[in-house]
Amino acid sequence: MPTTTIAGTEVQVDDEGFMTEYDEWNEDIANELASNIGIELSDAHWPILSFLREDYKEQGETPMLRRVANVGGVPTKQLFQLFPKKPAKKMSYIAGVPKPHGCV
Amino acid sequence: MKKLLVLGAGTAGTMVANKLRPLLDERDWKITLVDQHDTHYYQPGLLFLPFGTYTRNELEKPKRRFMPQGVELIKSEIDLVEPENNVVKLTDGHSLDYDYLIIATGTHSTPEETPGLGKGEDGWYESIFDFYTIEGAEALKEKLDTWEGGKLVVHIIEMPIKCPVAPLEFTFLADSFFTERGMRDQVEIEYVTPLPGAFTKPVASRHLGDMLDDRKISLEADFFLEQVDGEAKKLVSYDEREIDYDLLVTIPVNMGAEFVGRSGLGDELRHVPCDKHTFVSNKHDNIFALGDAAAIPTSKAGSVAHFAIDIFTDNFLDYIEGKPMREKFDGHANCFIESGHGKGMLIDFNYDTEPLPGKYPLPGVGPFSLLQETEANHWGKLMFKWIYWNVLLTGKTMPIPALMSMAGKIREDLR
Repeated sequence: MPTTTIAGTEVQVDDEGFMTEYDEWNEDIANELASNIGIELSDAHWPILSFLREDYKEQGETPMLRRVANVGGVPTKQLFQLFPKKPAKKMSYIAGVPKPHGCV
Repeated sequence: MKKLLVLGAGTAGTMVANKLRPLLDERDWKITLVDQHDTHYYQPGLLFLPFGTYTRNELEKPKRRFMPQGVELIKSEIDLVEPENNVVKLTDGHSLDYDYLIIATGTHSTPEETPGLGKGEDGWYESIFDFYTIEGAEALKEKLDTWEGGKLVVHIIEMPIKCPVAPLEFTFLADSFFTERGMRDQVEIEYVTPLPGAFTKPVASRHLGDMLDDRKISLEADFFLEQVDGEAKKLVSYDEREIDYDLLVTIPVNMGAEFVGRSGLGDELRHVPCDKHTFVSNKHDNIFALGDAAAIPTSKAGSVAHFAIDIFTDNFLDYIEGKPMREKFDGHANCFIESGHGKGMLIDFNYDTEPLPGKYPLPGVGPFSLLQETEANHWGKLMFKWIYWNVLLTGKTMPIPALMSMAGKIREDLR
C-alpha cells in the first residue's frame, strides 16, 4: 500500500488516494482531503462525515447515498450540493472510509 | 419433525426445494414453500419480449409444476416474520412455525419510489416503460410495433438491479431491431446510468463502452435521477442536468419484499443483510437469504442463485448437524450478454475477479468466448431457456462448477 503525507501525518492510501486505515483519520486530515477536491468543509458537512464514519464502524461497509438519506436524514439533493457531482465518492474520500462498492 | 420454511417459490426458492428434498429424510423434515403467485416467469426472456423474439406464453409456467414430491406449496401473501418466535404470519390469518427459514422472495421493480414514475403518472406505459415486468414488457412491445422513431433513452435509476447487464442488452437489441426495420437513422439512442461508465467493473466497462460507441449510442454517466418529468418528457438529475426523450425505457429502483422491511430483516432496499459466503442472516442464525433477496455484493441473477444454492445445499446439511459449513460461496456469476445482430458475449466473474476476456471452457458445447461477440454466445443464451425450465429449476446437476475458475481467462494487466 502506498503512503502519503496529509496535514503533516503519514497515512496509508489506496491507488485512488482513499485512506485505508480507519484510525489514521482526523479532522485536520479531513480538511486537507476536502481541499484536495475543491471542497471547503462547513458546519453542514461535518455531521455527514460523522455519520459515514459511525455507520462504517457499525456496518462494516460504507453507506450508499440512499442510506445516508434515509438513515442519516440528509436529503439527497443536499448531498449533491455539499459534495457536487459525485457525493458518494467524495463523502467517503473525505471521511476516510472506503469508496462504496461499485454495485455489480 | 423439523420444519424448513422457504418464502418465495421463484428461481431460488424452487431450486433450493428441489435440491434439498431428496437430501432431507421425509420422516424427519417437512419442507414448505409460500408464494402469493401461481405463475413462474422465465425472467431472462422479458428482455426479448418487446422485440417479438418471445411471446408471453413461452415465458410462463405454473409454479406448482416445479415443486418436487413431498414439498408443500402454500399460496398466500406474507405478512410478517417474527424471528424471536420462529413464526411467519400470512395475510390470510394463518401462522407457520419453522426451525429454519429461507427468505427467497427476490427483488422487484418499484417505480413508485421515484417522483414521476408509476401508474397514474404522466406518460406511464405511453412514453415511459419498464421491461422487467411482464406488463411492462408487453406494453413496450406494443409501443415498439408502431413507434416511428425519435429519441430513445435507456436509463438505470439506482443500483443494485437484477440482471445488471440487461439494460445494456436491451440497448444493443434496440439498435439491432431498428436497423433490421430500416429505421435506425430515425432513432437516436442514449444510455443513461448512475455508474461512472457502461458497466461496473473496469475491463468489462471498457469493452461494453466501446460497443456503445461502435453503435453510435451516446453514454451519459454519473447521472443520479431526481425526478422524471413525464409531461415535458425529460429526466432531471440531482446536479440539475436534464435529458429529453421521446421514448423512455427505465429500470425502476429494485426493492425486496415488503414483509422483509416490516419484519426488520432488510436494509434500505429491503434486501436481507447476510454472510456473503454462507447466506446466514446477520441477525438470526436460523434464517438464510438466497437469490436476489440477499444483500450480497454480486449480481442479482439466476446464475448467481444457482451457484449459490449448490454451495448452500452442502453447507446446510453440515449446519443442521452442528458441524462447520464446508464451503464458501465466492460470488460466482456467469451471464450471456446479447449484443444484437445475432451475436452475444459471455462474462464470468466473482467477488474478487472482475469479468475478463479469454475462453470459457464447457465440456460438450464450449468453449465460449469471454467478453467477445460471437454467434455461439447468442445461441448459448437462447439455449438457456430450455436449460432453465428443464435442468436448473428442477435441481438437476449442471456441468458448470459452482465456484469460479481462472481457466481460460486472460489477465490483460499481466500481459
